Amino acid sequence: MAINFIHPEFEIIREEKRCIKCRACERQCANEVHSYDQEFDCMESDESKCVDCQRCVSLCPTRALKIRKTDNRYRENANWQQQAMEEIFRQADTGGVLLSSMGTPKDYPNYWDKILINASQVTNPPIDPLREPMETKVFLGKKLNKLEFDENGELLSEIPPQIELEMPIMFSAMSYGSISENAHKSLARAATELGTCYNTGEGGLNQDLYKYGANTIVQVASGRFGVHKDYLNAGAAIEIKMGQGAKPGIGGHLPGRKILEKVSRTRMIPVGVDAISPAPHHDIYSIEDLRQLIFSLKEATNYEKPVIVKIAAVHNVAAIASGIARSGADIIAIDGFRGGTGAAPTRIRDNVGIPIELALAAVDQRLRDEKIRNDVSIVIGGSIRSSADVVKAIALGADAVYIGTAALLALGCHLCRTCHTGKCNWGIATQREDLVKRLNPDIGAKRLANLVSAWNHEIMEMMGGMGINSIEALKGNRLMLRGIGMSAKELEIFGISHAGE
Amino acid sequence: MIIQGKDVYFTDLNKAIKQADATEVTVENIIGQRYIGSGVEGKNLILYGTPGNALGAYLNNCNITVHGNVQDAVGDTMNNGEIIVHGNGGDTLGYAMRGGAIYVKGNGGYRVGIHMKEYKELKPVIVVGGKVGSFLGEYQAGGIIVILGLGVENIFPTGNYCGTGMHGGVMYIRSDVPPENLPRHLIVKKCIKEDLNQIMPFIKNYCQLFNVKEADIFKKSFYKLTPGANHYNTIYAPN
Repeated sequence: MAINFIHPEFEIIREEKRCIKCRACERQCANEVHSYDQEFDCMESDESKCVDCQRCVSLCPTRALKIRKTDNRYRENANWQQQAMEEIFRQADTGGVLLSSMGTPKDYPNYWDKILINASQVTNPPIDPLREPMETKVFLGKKLNKLEFDENGELLSEIPPQIELEMPIMFSAMSYGSISENAHKSLARAATELGTCYNTGEGGLNQDLYKYGANTIVQVASGRFGVHKDYLNAGAAIEIKMGQGAKPGIGGHLPGRKILEKVSRTRMIPVGVDAISPAPHHDIYSIEDLRQLIFSLKEATNYEKPVIVKIAAVHNVAAIASGIARSGADIIAIDGFRGGTGAAPTRIRDNVGIPIELALAAVDQRLRDEKIRNDVSIVIGGSIRSSADVVKAIALGADAVYIGTAALLALGCHLCRTCHTGKCNWGIATQREDLVKRLNPDIGAKRLANLVSAWNHEIMEMMGGMGINSIEALKGNRLMLRGIGMSAKELEIFGISHAGE
Repeated sequence: MIIQGKDVYFTDLNKAIKQADATEVTVENIIGQRYIGSGVEGKNLILYGTPGNALGAYLNNCNITVHGNVQDAVGDTMNNGEIIVHGNGGDTLGYAMRGGAIYVKGNGGYRVGIHMKEYKELKPVIVVGGKVGSFLGEYQAGGIIVILGLGVENIFPTGNYCGTGMHGGVMYIRSDVPPENLPRHLIVKKCIKEDLNQIMPFIKNYCQLFNVKEADIFKKSFYKLTPGANHYNTIYAPN
């Protein structure tokens, strides 16, 4: 037998005095870490299978369990760190492309944490959102530069289709297949309750969820899974997925073993057949070609739905966004490189793309310079972690944000980053019936609604502090931001001054 | 009902077609207007001239006959219905189509049948009378592609990289020479009678639609291409 070079990453600490051998941990772990030894009447664990998802820890009735990082280590080496060595061992073992899940865990600069928000003092007094009107409603879509009225004051101009949101936060695209039916149900119900939208991702739309259509964005990607006329007309908007922040420049692949009966139904492909979304749309090699897909979708939906074009934040994102704004798209969605994924090659996730903060600042500025900013709305995503990140994003020029990872955390995800195994113990990134039913969609929807409405209140408080009572007045208001610990070049890209200036 | 296409902007033309109070709509003098038939249901469209890109995109419960050539992305993501082209087709013909049938009398362009799928009773069919460009049936995941190679002699009528990434469905290609340089994962078989029985209804349709003698079709052999094991599931190492 080949020697396994890799020592298990975690240790499972079971406090024997507390353990009552109820075997809950054993039942809860789809990775089969825990087992009961009849002969010695004790619980055992195989830590090599542990992914540190914390399910057993959370469900142990006597809190007898904890999981900690192993202190076994290779000889210290600042250049060849443990992870780099282990990845080499893994590839030497298998010959495989390394595959990871969720956003990059690497320690890249996070610019949200280097930006501070302003508040009013003395003049232009703060506003208390609990007592005074405060508006966080946003409309996403192309805005006309001029409105025309007839002599009776009736509007003559035709307003392009818009998405109306009660707050500038939507749930980002996560397909049914990558996440479970109950996760989708939770998102759909929460979006409806909140008056915002969730996004189908490229996995089609479950028949049971058509009733949430007014709060649904339907996605069209290169594989065109589940795309048909009723689907296109079911949602509040259509999103063309050109790229994803976690894996710019590559496509997606849902392996056949995850295409079970229900997933097959929404994707409209046979059970067990691989669902491959190629990196490019093979009918799109130019902005003109993109325009063609946008208008074929608009024709199919009688010009009633705004069309979103979603791209990954890459080096030339400003020029690309300028092209998209001229292609007939109503909304541009930009996904930063810290964004999540159900599975992506590790090297791409950790090395390709740029942070969303820089991409947003560059795109907003470019579209303003070219006087086409009002032709499109901008939605950004890729690791929005709090309401403060939302406020900073809007002040940098976003119309709204997408949250994915934060939404999954609300549903119980503990970021163990093993979605690609399909054995999510929290019932989120899995299609195994016994695991899916662990996520109660009523509770899930409630937790999501709690999270987003709490954020919305915090947004109002921060706006109130700045003396701003509508989100429109915050949008692109970079005077409300200051940088902390940034270089002159970084400040220039963000178009903000340093704190103290 | 007859609609004139000459000098009419595509949005106006498509609106007129959608709003036409007749199940059979004839459009004359089409000069490259795009998206004709996209989102149209319950109609029979008879088109004269050259429709532009994305003809019959997302087609559902609708039939289209074109007396002329067509451009790119015909039948993109179509669900059912029929598109019959009395001329040549362009690139990405039948992109991701899930059901229905496309018959092209002449040749097709690059990436014909790319990403073609099937689902339960929906089984799409593309029949091209002449030859096609490279990347025929790229990522094909279902359905049937038939290339007749009429008028093509001593060369396989598909261009390069035929069936790259194919992981479902089947192609039948008529040729007097066997294919060369196919991706290694494809299984190639010279057709016997039982194989040809699978596509007889489509060949009969083609012959009837375009007035071609059935006997002439069977003067050459057919090669059947199906996907073998693909490598997508074996290239990754969980990290």
